[in-house]
Amino acid sequence: MSEEAPFTIEQFYKYVEQGKFMGGRCKKCGTIYLPPRSLCTKCFSKDFEWVEISPKGKLLTYTIIHVAPVQFQSMAPYAVGIVQLENGLKIPGMIRDVEHEKIEIGMELQVGFEKPSVTASQWPQWPRYYFKPV
Amino acid sequence: MKGKPLVSIISAGLSKFGKLEGLYGREIFAEAAKEAFDRCPNLDPNKDIQALFVGHMGESYEHQGHTGATLADWAGLLHIPATRTEAACASSGVALRAGIFAVLSGLYDVVMVGGVEKMTNRTTPEVTEFLAMASDFPFEQWHGITFPGLYALMATAHMHEYGTTEEQLAMVAVKNHHNGYLNPKAHMQKEVTLEKALSSRMIAWPLKLYDCSPITDGASCLIITKPELAKKYTDTPVHIIGSGQASDSIGIYERESFTSLIAAKIAAKQAYEMAGVTPKDIDVAEVHDCFTIAEIIAYEDLGFCKTGEGGRLIESGETTLEGNLPVNTSGGLKAKGHPVGATGTAQAYEIYLQLTGQADKRQVKDARIGLAHNIGGSGATATVHIFRRE
Repeated sequence: MSEEAPFTIEQFYKYVEQGKFMGGRCKKCGTIYLPPRSLCTKCFSKDFEWVEISPKGKLLTYTIIHVAPVQFQSMAPYAVGIVQLENGLKIPGMIRDVEHEKIEIGMELQVGFEKPSVTASQWPQWPRYYFKPV
Repeated sequence: MKGKPLVSIISAGLSKFGKLEGLYGREIFAEAAKEAFDRCPNLDPNKDIQALFVGHMGESYEHQGHTGATLADWAGLLHIPATRTEAACASSGVALRAGIFAVLSGLYDVVMVGGVEKMTNRTTPEVTEFLAMASDFPFEQWHGITFPGLYALMATAHMHEYGTTEEQLAMVAVKNHHNGYLNPKAHMQKEVTLEKALSSRMIAWPLKLYDCSPITDGASCLIITKPELAKKYTDTPVHIIGSGQASDSIGIYERESFTSLIAAKIAAKQAYEMAGVTPKDIDVAEVHDCFTIAEIIAYEDLGFCKTGEGGRLIESGETTLEGNLPVNTSGGLKAKGHPVGATGTAQAYEIYLQLTGQADKRQVKDARIGLAHNIGGSGATATVHIFRRE
């Protein structure tokens, strides 16, 4: 892992491609950002380091999308939710590998990683992470 | 200084809202402008109006950007300075603020503010995608979260935390459709039953078709001036006495609460303080019911009820036309329609009608103080305005 990698959303998804869930920690005030930011909005420092984020958390809220945007239509209906990770940070993502009826607020979920897309021909070519039952 | 008029509205216009087949955005805006001009015979549009601020969300719908100058031209206002403002569904709430600042600066005496959106020429998946652009791209849109999806995340959280029910959400639709039925310019001029709303098709669970505002074309505008000049143009000006605006994170996932919009609370506090009024003083309100849950959250954020009691407030009937605090007398975004760029000033248009006694069948008796609450996207922008009749 390179300490020099820029603290960008682009780099976050590069780590996702490697099966890693990474955030940026401000070296000055200790705030952890997920997604990473290059400017600490608490103390305005630009001095960061990458930290591995525990990929487990609890579901805070969710929905089942029935009417989807063009590029997601083949997947509908699909579940998305916001998960609070063990370090307290919150992040949205799809919830997979579970029947929709069994999804409930408070359930424990962990991050999974999609195989890198080989079909994406235009920006962005980010791989997706998602959530699945523990 | 509290309650002192910032600016005065001397006229207002609204196009028909709906599926305006064959009409282009600029043509729809001209219709709204024409109504505002006709309503104010003492105004010479070309000579008196000195600047234009217009809200417009997206270039994608009509493949047309550069809306400010385009609309100034088609409203017959060349060569005044024309500026487009964009803050998603709060684009014209922000245009109104820009117009207020322009008049308050002393640079202009008379300014037109407004907004437009042409949407029905696109398919539902396309509109779903365009609207989603007002949300966070890398973590919300990229993971398939739609606009109804964002409000559904709020609805699920509100139901879980406060026991709000799908029936209460549907009651917002029933009320606003009733009001829309009484509004000849509304997109949806038909009543809906609770059963029909509850059994409509799912869009983003728990939100169904009748929990969502329709895809609508429309335009709106206001003509504002310095309070001391208002009587030169009309005997019945409406004064804007409070104006607030605030921002929040673009991604809802970064917020502390999913059951309240902090930006709306801050904007409301600013507007109430400036106006020197409290929620109890409001006689009529237009709130941003892009989804039914949004009206319930608006009740709480605006202080119409306590936190968590929005569901019970709709159930009480207090926000119907017959209640103590009628909300969304126009039909709201839900039934009047939500041409996103036009919505902020369309809300102000309804309050203008109410405070000047021109709201016909949906007139709130003796309405003196009104409020408009306009939200951009999932709450990253909020504007709140408070109005008082002469």
